[in-house]
Amino acid sequence: MSSIPIITSASSVKPLEATVAKKVLVAITGIVLFGFVLIHMVGNIQLYQGPEKLNHYAELLQSMKPVLWTFRIVLLAAVGVHALFAILLWLRNRSARPVAYESQRFVSATLTSRTMIWSGPLIGLFVVYHILHFTTGTFPPPHFNSHNVYNNVVYAFQVPGVSIAYIIAMVALGFHLYHGGVSLFQTLGLRTPHDEKPLKLVLWVITTIIVVVNISFPLAVLTGLVGLK
Amino acid sequence: MLNLTLKVWRQKGPKDAGQMVTYPAPGISPDMSFLEMLDVVNERMMEKDEEPIAFDHDCREGICGSCGTVVNGIAHGPRSATTACQLHMRSFKDGDTITVEPWRAKPFPVLKDLIVDRSAYDRIIAAGGFVSVNTGGCPDGNSLPIPKENAELSMDAAACIGCGACAAACPNASAMLFVSAKVSQLALLPQGQPERRDRVLKMVAQMDAEGFGGCTNIGECESACPKEIKLENIARLNRDFLVATVTKRPVTASQGGGA
Amino acid sequence: MELKSKLPSGPIETAWDRTRQELKLVNPSNKRKYSVIMVGSGLAGASGAATLAELGYQVKCFCYQDSPRRAHSISAQGGINGAKNYQNDGDSVWRLFYDTVKGGDFRAREANVHRLAEVSVNIIDQCVAQGVPFAREYGGTLANRSFGGAQVSRTFYARGQTGQQLLLGAYQSLERQIGIGAVQMYPRTEMLDVIVADGAARGIVTRDMVTGKIESHLADVVILATGGYANVFYLSTNAKGCNTTAIWRAHRRGAAFANPCYTQIHPTCIPVTGDHQSKLTLMSQSLRNDGRIWVPLKKGDKRPPGQIPENERDYYLERKYPSYGNLAPRDISSRAAKQCCDEGRGVGPTGLGVYLDFADAIGRLGENVIRERYGNLFEMYERITDENPYKIPMRIFPASHYVMGGLWVDYNLMSTIPGLHVLGEANFSDHGANRLGASALMQGLADGYFVIPYTIGDYLVNAKVKKIDASHPEVKKAEAEVTGRVKRLLSINGKRTPDSLHKELGKVIWEKCGMGRNAAGLKEALQRIPAIREEFWKNLKVLGSGDDLNVSLEKAGRVADFMEMAELLCIDALERDESCGAHFREEHQTPDGEALRNDEKFCHVAAWEWAGEGKTPILHKEPLTFESLHLTQRSYK
Repeated sequence: MSSIPIITSASSVKPLEATVAKKVLVAITGIVLFGFVLIHMVGNIQLYQGPEKLNHYAELLQSMKPVLWTFRIVLLAAVGVHALFAILLWLRNRSARPVAYESQRFVSATLTSRTMIWSGPLIGLFVVYHILHFTTGTFPPPHFNSHNVYNNVVYAFQVPGVSIAYIIAMVALGFHLYHGGVSLFQTLGLRTPHDEKPLKLVLWVITTIIVVVNISFPLAVLTGLVGLK
Repeated sequence: MLNLTLKVWRQKGPKDAGQMVTYPAPGISPDMSFLEMLDVVNERMMEKDEEPIAFDHDCREGICGSCGTVVNGIAHGPRSATTACQLHMRSFKDGDTITVEPWRAKPFPVLKDLIVDRSAYDRIIAAGGFVSVNTGGCPDGNSLPIPKENAELSMDAAACIGCGACAAACPNASAMLFVSAKVSQLALLPQGQPERRDRVLKMVAQMDAEGFGGCTNIGECESACPKEIKLENIARLNRDFLVATVTKRPVTASQGGGA
Repeated sequence: MELKSKLPSGPIETAWDRTRQELKLVNPSNKRKYSVIMVGSGLAGASGAATLAELGYQVKCFCYQDSPRRAHSISAQGGINGAKNYQNDGDSVWRLFYDTVKGGDFRAREANVHRLAEVSVNIIDQCVAQGVPFAREYGGTLANRSFGGAQVSRTFYARGQTGQQLLLGAYQSLERQIGIGAVQMYPRTEMLDVIVADGAARGIVTRDMVTGKIESHLADVVILATGGYANVFYLSTNAKGCNTTAIWRAHRRGAAFANPCYTQIHPTCIPVTGDHQSKLTLMSQSLRNDGRIWVPLKKGDKRPPGQIPENERDYYLERKYPSYGNLAPRDISSRAAKQCCDEGRGVGPTGLGVYLDFADAIGRLGENVIRERYGNLFEMYERITDENPYKIPMRIFPASHYVMGGLWVDYNLMSTIPGLHVLGEANFSDHGANRLGASALMQGLADGYFVIPYTIGDYLVNAKVKKIDASHPEVKKAEAEVTGRVKRLLSINGKRTPDSLHKELGKVIWEKCGMGRNAAGLKEALQRIPAIREEFWKNLKVLGSGDDLNVSLEKAGRVADFMEMAELLCIDALERDESCGAHFREEHQTPDGEALRNDEKFCHVAAWEWAGEGKTPILHKEPLTFESLHLTQRSYK
């Protein structure tokens, strides 16, 4: 029989190496990224208020370089930590079951909870594309002009393939945010049985709003509701 | 009477390769327990000079935690809050094919057929799942009043039978439900307070050292648990772990001898 | 063989205190020089192993289960007695002592029982300190329930899982000692013999149940805490692995076996459903606090229980024993149920069952209160029977459950083999001819936490044991015998499986030496057992090899010992020509069917000495004297 030595002294324990600590880091960075997604969505709603409003908002952000770069660095670090520890945990979890079941039926696992490891990288790829698409203009939309965000968005979403890609990414984001949101309360030890139902409801509403609003942008362009002005 | 087909994992020893083997199981009474059904199949196999299927079992009343197999893809089988020994064949239909597999997790190596080595759970308890009191000299039982609600919640967690179904059912083979049950039981009682921070750190470290996966809050463990241990215990463990990590102080007091 | 009971003289109230003052002590720095073998990890074994390790002894602990936490103590449901008098209802150490001696039908030693009642108080404190989540009142104090055979509420409980919680408390203490290396734990390891060398127990021979390796372990003292032999009946409430091998092998090496015929039949178990039945499930007798037991007045009344009107029901326990009613002791309740079934008034498909009805209690207290008290038991009943006990009365029937008999021990818990100590259900000491509910947990923990830690030092100091090593001829001899036995079991190559032979044996014992016994039946059993044993050794089939995990081989070894043990059980039952407690000889009963003792001839412990294979065992008698209590006819009317 295998026998692993028993840990008898707490002073020899390195808590930051524990799986639980890694999860806490994923949860805390998750809060940062969740917050960013929310703010990003609120900012983008200005698309419906016309080019002036949106372009002005973009210029405002561009004018505050130090703030902007602080945000970017924090976000980049959050993404890095989030992804790194999530992947480390995933690798560990895979190795914890070297022989798979012949048949395994899940009772309470949900689509969202079982797909975190796929929705996450999908969102990651999307973010890279999104930045190359709109921010740096490396893969620019037609008639790219870094000072006219409104037109860039409209030109971009007029390409159906691009719109579909964005819509798929937003659904993945919704999945990820819902399970991640519920999960972080558990990981940070904030969940109790009493507030389980309201918590799930609130997160469901928030993620649904995020997904619907974000999807509405390409749909509005495709249907002509929002066009060049 | 039920006429069934069994697909069972057979593995000669810890180092041998195993495989699923199919056996007919005709004439099974719905009043039998799942393990009694295996008994009947085994007796028939032995009459034909085939080695019986080895499985762990002991009390057969759902409390010792010995038994445990994955039945049709679910740890302890389809009936919720029920160990394999308390699962009765009336939960199956005539003509069913039933797959029977051992717990699958790196820290639970298969010893033979459906029997696995669960000593990892004992070592997690040995790392910190106790109150350090020696025998004798304890204060009167009533000198420490405990709110009924805490006593009840503590008992809910203490009901764990250490069967291993949580880790077996978890897609990550995580033992968090087991560990959190003991952490919670003692964290909810005044007796557990002096060692509360050390306990959670040591038990989690041991759990990790054993090679269990991490929790991704999926909840399969809660559904598989025959004693209905709740996910809130994992939240409590996480909370205690955070507090312990943040407030951990190195022990500096010297172990002075008496005068 | 001489039975030196070492019972203290003088006033019983201070006997244990005085004994403790006289017992020799081992200096703390010398304790680590002594090694102890503990076989078994139930309440007695785990508590003893942990406590001895705390004191500084080097301890090796063995169990056949995959973890010490799974020992069968875990299945005890109802509770543990403690003479705390928290309820202010007139309880005291003296009353617990009195109730226990009386419950045992005056066949236990006064001094042992008094000690048990004294330390019962410390056990509760110990368990609370370990974090055992006992039931509490709203004010935060410990809750109590009443239990069979007592008129006070002194039973502490943790829902219907008291044994589990107490065992986990002891197990956690044991694991703590394992963690710091003070106890070496050997799970999945079965003891197959005791090594007796130079006149004292010096070790054991074990088989590693995973690798098949047969090995000797040596120590200065050996302790058996291996539970009872109720599985001799095949069907019992004991775990499937419970066996008599450890104590039977010790008996064959010279340990006297005391009162084997005292086997307890528990009144509230779920009835048998068919031949496939592998074990019986107990429903805690705490259910009798709120449930009312009845059968139809008329023979063969097959109406569903709901259609039998109140005036056609016989609440026979309330009728016969008005002051104790449904809480009459186990032996009395079991026999009363059997009587009803023998009269043809049994219920259920087999006619072997009586109703345990909660309708009144649900009407009085509401379903929620009943659910809070017994929810897990009701669920268990429903899972097994597919009937909802909140709506339909439970059906129950007596089943073999516990044995009061066991290896003979002196007041210090040492057997007739010097250095071989026996704790818990494996010894015979405290319950006499019948054990009261909630007393088994008390005795196991008393022996392990509070008796053996004191008495073992005295033995070690006085015995001055010399170290022996594995080359000692007795060690080699015992190892060779065990190896030979395993080979023999594997080489018979017959047609019958161990289970089928065990079933056959169990049936004979249940019919002839179960709830009611008589001379003719016992003599018949004594004819049939040797024949079954012969069949076993001629026609046994064990497949596989001895070099790996082999469940059939384990079973076969245990059944082989039951085959011998069963005979001693019947010899003792025949020899004890009186009724007392759970031992009911049909020849000896009062006109209304109560047990009739014969104190003149049988007020003694029957301790049997092994005389060799095929020879009649030799009976030694330890007279029982009652100085503090008067021998009276037990009455629960």
